[in-house]
Amino acid sequence: MNIAEREKFFHIDWGLFLLILTACVSGVFIVYSASGGNMEVVFKHSLRIGFGLVAMLVVAQFSPVFLKRHATKLYLLAVLLLFTVLVIGVVGKGAQRWLDLGFMRIQPSELMKLAMPLMVAWWLNKYPLPVRYSQLFVSLLIVVIPTALIILQPDLGTALLISSSGLIVIFLAGISWRLILTALGVFAAVVPIFYYFVLHDYQRSRILTLFNPWQDPLGAGYHTIQSMIAIGSGGIGGKGWVGGTQSQLDFLPERHTDFIFSVFAEEFGFIGFLILMTIYLAIVFRGIYIALHTRSVFARLLSGSITLTFFFYVFVNIGMVAGILPVVGVPLPLVSYGGTSMVTLLIGFGMLMAVKSHRDIAAH
Amino acid sequence: MMFFKSQIKDNKEESIIVTRRLFILSGFVAFLTAILVARLRHLQVSSFKKFSALSEDNRVSLNAVPPDRGEIRDRKGRLLAENTAVYVLQALHSKAESLDSTLNRLSKVISFTPWELKKARQAASESARFEKFIIKFNLTEKETAVFAVNQHLFPNISLQGVLQRDYPYADELAHVVGYVGRISKKDQSKIDKNKYLGVDYIGRLGIEASYEDVLLGKPGFEQIEQNAHGRTIRVLNKNQAVAGQDIKLYLDVELQKAAREALGEHRGSVVAIDPKTGGVLTFASTPIYDPNKFVNGIDHESYSVLRDNINKPLLNRCMYGRYAPGSTIKGVFALAGIQHGFNKNNQVYCPGWYSLRGRKHRYRCWKHNGHGSMNYVDAIAESCDVYFYHLAQTLGIDKISKFMTQFGIGKKTGIDLQFEPAGLMPSKSWKQRVHKTAWYPGETVITGIGQGYMLMTPIQLATVATTLANRGKIIKPILVQNAQEHKDKLNLTSLGGSSNNEPDVKASSNSKQEYENVIEAMRQVVHGKKGTARRIAQGIDYEIAGKTGTAQVVGIPQGEKYDAEKLEEFKRDHSLFIGFAPVKNPRIALAVVVENGGSGSKVAAPIARKVFDKYFEEYGISDADKVKKASIQSEDCCSEV
Repeated sequence: MNIAEREKFFHIDWGLFLLILTACVSGVFIVYSASGGNMEVVFKHSLRIGFGLVAMLVVAQFSPVFLKRHATKLYLLAVLLLFTVLVIGVVGKGAQRWLDLGFMRIQPSELMKLAMPLMVAWWLNKYPLPVRYSQLFVSLLIVVIPTALIILQPDLGTALLISSSGLIVIFLAGISWRLILTALGVFAAVVPIFYYFVLHDYQRSRILTLFNPWQDPLGAGYHTIQSMIAIGSGGIGGKGWVGGTQSQLDFLPERHTDFIFSVFAEEFGFIGFLILMTIYLAIVFRGIYIALHTRSVFARLLSGSITLTFFFYVFVNIGMVAGILPVVGVPLPLVSYGGTSMVTLLIGFGMLMAVKSHRDIAAH
Repeated sequence: MMFFKSQIKDNKEESIIVTRRLFILSGFVAFLTAILVARLRHLQVSSFKKFSALSEDNRVSLNAVPPDRGEIRDRKGRLLAENTAVYVLQALHSKAESLDSTLNRLSKVISFTPWELKKARQAASESARFEKFIIKFNLTEKETAVFAVNQHLFPNISLQGVLQRDYPYADELAHVVGYVGRISKKDQSKIDKNKYLGVDYIGRLGIEASYEDVLLGKPGFEQIEQNAHGRTIRVLNKNQAVAGQDIKLYLDVELQKAAREALGEHRGSVVAIDPKTGGVLTFASTPIYDPNKFVNGIDHESYSVLRDNINKPLLNRCMYGRYAPGSTIKGVFALAGIQHGFNKNNQVYCPGWYSLRGRKHRYRCWKHNGHGSMNYVDAIAESCDVYFYHLAQTLGIDKISKFMTQFGIGKKTGIDLQFEPAGLMPSKSWKQRVHKTAWYPGETVITGIGQGYMLMTPIQLATVATTLANRGKIIKPILVQNAQEHKDKLNLTSLGGSSNNEPDVKASSNSKQEYENVIEAMRQVVHGKKGTARRIAQGIDYEIAGKTGTAQVVGIPQGEKYDAEKLEEFKRDHSLFIGFAPVKNPRIALAVVVENGGSGSKVAAPIARKVFDKYFEEYGISDADKVKKASIQSEDCCSEV
């Protein structure tokens, strides 16, 4: 069997697969260091990667036609679960995010991460592109309902990412520039209202300290400052694996989850960052390549959205840890410890592979 | 919908739209990447020196300062639990040498037991890479000196002075004061970490556990500027820790000691209460054990010796020993009878046995040839069983059960210790619920002498004695004198029963005179000519009202490793006594239970006398309470069953 045949057989995009694997394996090493050498954490993390990779390969076997057929059901289920979690969800860190089923806990927003691009792509693909006003209204509704439910939990970071995955599909579908500019104008007007009346205190304090973390170095600004010190003190070459004093001496909060990038940047320096960024960009451009080379418009919208949302994750996480974006609780994709989002992400890549391997199917 | 469908979907044209947008977004990706690269370059290349300085030279760290745990004292101010300074050896993970090799070298200087080595390795594996961990506790003076001299050989090990809980009375008070233990990994998930910052110990048992929130205190913080090697340069800011509050008990250690010595080699317990306050004067359970061993974790071997000991030293008999009250409860039964029409003129003839109408079974009195004609005063003084068989049968279990429950029997006393068990006062509905069978008349008969299903703990028996001493006023037993001010912090699972604040909680609707009559009968138990405990009245200069009891054994320990002689001993009856003194103006009420001691009059009553004597020796007797020393009693003594 040559490589092409094998690829056909497993529906795997080997290039993408190897890049993802590289990122995940680096992640295991960083989690080891960030958790202070806690093998239990490392083991759990590896187990989830393994589970996620299997899930990815399973999803890669479906054809995009199949995904399209079930988009609506998946989306409605996710919305229903989001409603449920608001009513009977488990509270964690001041927010209701989990649904306790007794034998396992699920996070409906993770399901929505997958359902959102599928649903919007399905809806817009029913009609000829570019997208028109009449379809736009419904597609915005599709985006807004779950976003609002997630904001109510409240989980701002996830709401932002999920809504952008939907908006990216609308953008790809050719929404007119005039509309985009109008929307941006309205957004600029709404932001102050939102800031004063919708956000929780802790979210507001996060935004305020974004502008001046040094104002409250032991309080709200503590995360950002310690993280910036960690990154900055890493220098060009870094302090070496498990040698980060900031991380190892407990100065960094949540350092194996949301702030893992600062551990990485402290220990591997600017060069390490450039290498990691290269891997991420390679994944993104491989994704865009797949989107460009598929015949089905639905598959194009879907794969484009998955790829760019992935990049958006990277940008928001690094931006937040490096002190240019507010701290909103978004993990570093493929690297951070945290099971559910890792699995969701890999399933997304599974869809990308499905698109790649079924690229010759025209959508009808 | 028709309108849309009429439009033609042109795949090629649509693909071009999406392609164009994908290219635009790729540009956006490049733009955002450039922002990130610029930001990271700014942090890591341009500002490297600034951040490096912040990270390496001066790190501000926030350290928790543990509070001092509150001390526990007895009523005379004697220290029962204190914090003493001890030296421990702390180690840091070293890159140059493995822990085993360090321990190997170290054990040539200071001796380590295998258990200590095991604990040291465990501490090492549980601590983070830059965190210090303790490898040896409680260094002796000599060990401290030896290590100090050899310090230079062990760069990553340091001597550290710490405060450690110490129980100066050692095994005397383990059952009441309890002990603290080191906070384990398992505890971490259960406790509120913010309350325990920097704290190593948590109350595990007794007062230490029940008053944990009072004793603990509040941790403080200090903001320290330290260099890259973790050495403190200066303290920037300090937020003092708030020490835990001291606790004063009603307990008298000397009295406790006297009670324990009186119990001798027996398994048993003595609970003594001041009837006016409910304050617990003595809470002795034997055998005893040393709580100091548990503070830093007891080794498996010593623990299994304690756990497997057939005499069960770890069992707190005062709280968890449950016994049939036997005849000790007859005074209360008499009150129940009086409330339902019995009086001094009612005579019951005791031929030495009792049987139910139409049945052949004979319920024996302990005196086989019978007491003859008895009223309730004689029946209490001489502990006549037949009288109380008759009384119980006349009243019926429902009335008995109702009266006893109101008296507090079968209920938690509400003492300020965690996890107090309830006793058991059986009733028809209880039996139906638990045993799913009907109540038999014979069961009512034996309930009359405190046998059958009835179960009471020594603390409950002492509370009954207190209630009798108070002529029917129920007072909740309490260990801690300043408990009221800590009420909101008390860590008790239930504070059931009456509160000490509530003025008069009546145990029954009997009149004062009726109580006096029963108490007079109980006085005759000790001071009467035929009283079952008359031998303890020898040479006494105050008056005791009491009641002896002998209870059949409910459970016998199982297992092959105990020899027959020992097992035979475990089948013997339990010996009980409740009482109070002085009769007119009671200052101490108590309950004595001696497991497998045999007769109540022979074993438990003399122990009670010793405790009473010790109390009056320490606290004196007022002239009004003094009586002429009784002359030597006739020796034809009895031994009730």
